[in-house]
Amino acid sequence: MKKKIHFAAALLILLFSFKVKAQETEDLLSLVDSGSTSNTYIKSAFKSTRVINGHSMEFLSPGTMDFRILHRFGQLDQGYKNFFGLDQASMRMGFDFGLYRNLMIGVGRSTFKKELDGYFKYAPVMQSTGNNSFPMTIAIAAGITMNTSPWADPTINNYFSSRLAYYYQLILGRKFSERFTLQLTPTMVHTNLVVLHTQPNDVFALGAGARLKLTKRIALTGDYFHLFNGIEQAVNYHPLSIGVDIETGGHVFQLHFSNATGMNERAFINETTTRWGKGEIRFGFNLSRVFQLKKKQKTDS
Amino acid sequence: MKKISWLLIILLFAGTVSAQDKYFTKTGKINFDATSPGSPEQVEGIHKSTLCVLDTKTGNLQFSVTMKGFEFERALMQEHFNENYIESDQFPKSEFKGQISNNSSISYATNGEYPVSVKGKLTMHGITKDVEANGKLVVKNGKIAATSVFTVQLADYKIAIPGLVADKVSKSAKIVVNCLLDPLPAK
Repeated sequence: MKKKIHFAAALLILLFSFKVKAQETEDLLSLVDSGSTSNTYIKSAFKSTRVINGHSMEFLSPGTMDFRILHRFGQLDQGYKNFFGLDQASMRMGFDFGLYRNLMIGVGRSTFKKELDGYFKYAPVMQSTGNNSFPMTIAIAAGITMNTSPWADPTINNYFSSRLAYYYQLILGRKFSERFTLQLTPTMVHTNLVVLHTQPNDVFALGAGARLKLTKRIALTGDYFHLFNGIEQAVNYHPLSIGVDIETGGHVFQLHFSNATGMNERAFINETTTRWGKGEIRFGFNLSRVFQLKKKQKTDS
Repeated sequence: MKKISWLLIILLFAGTVSAQDKYFTKTGKINFDATSPGSPEQVEGIHKSTLCVLDTKTGNLQFSVTMKGFEFERALMQEHFNENYIESDQFPKSEFKGQISNNSSISYATNGEYPVSVKGKLTMHGITKDVEANGKLVVKNGKIAATSVFTVQLADYKIAIPGLVADKVSKSAKIVVNCLLDPLPAK
């Protein structure tokens, strides 16, 4: 009898041990997967390195060049005689380069004031997931613009420095979810020579940019800068742009409506002279095409 | 009675010892190629940190990859892969859990080449499908090299290829698996 009980117990334990083993084979991966994930930086917070006008928290991948063609048309309220503004266009052509995952530089030229601009954007901290995750991207952007149009009054002693303006920007951004990204961009624009003595040389503004991803390839974007000084009654306004990002594979189209015509920080912060309220908005688009300049090491198979 | 207890103890140990029948790697390679015929650019990615575990006793074979780990020659392609096709934020991992059908014919103790056929379930883009693939196991000095080439239809996993890129991205992907497995140390 006793023997029988022991035998039964042995059988049970045997069965049990097999069962444990069976469960073990069910998930072999958990034996080697430590569960910890290495740090990965958040990508695609915005589809492009610009929200619409302003810099975004997004960086170009290292070794790529972004060729950007920007157009701003005339005011919509001009109606059919100017084909709702499409007869007039102001443009900027730009080349942006991704150097490191957190550093990019760019140059551009706008038809407005024949202005050249150059900038760099650097992120000391980037939003990431993983063991040492960080909730947001903190970046700085600094740029210089140079008006190359002829002097207004060539008879006086003009200084080269009068052509220049600078801007400094802090970009605080977070991709809250796959769909939604928000960023704040406190900005300072310093203009060496202002047109009127009432205008300040230093203009301070707070920018806000957001993206709402609708489908895999289409997103709504918004871009606003609130000026704290330098707003002259009935002369200039806060620039607001609302648009749609459309990605077609090789290109990104950023179609939008805006009251700003400027396509660099100095121009759209200091010189937005029309307002949304009166139908003085304009249609515009940014076209971005990214080229791979430096290929990654050939994939081996 | 004492004999039975000994037997029990031995059996219990046998259970734990069996962990050494397992082989694994954390640096396996998986390549995929979804290039359309005549495409000007190669649509291919490589993953160099594939997890793979093989239980030689049961023939169970499992793989896992984090989709964001696939590397591409072009950064934009990698971005599109993650954003538009595989949707890595929503479906971060891809897994295969299957079994070697002819496991009993492989002698893991002796060096040699063994053709294998593997059957199991592949989960990708949130969808699980049965797949069957032929491959090869090469046992050499206590290590096992596992290789296989098979093709998956992207439509099976609800990965849509828009007409605009159909001349570059194929509707099917050729997947090349290349893992060198080491014995899994017993815990």
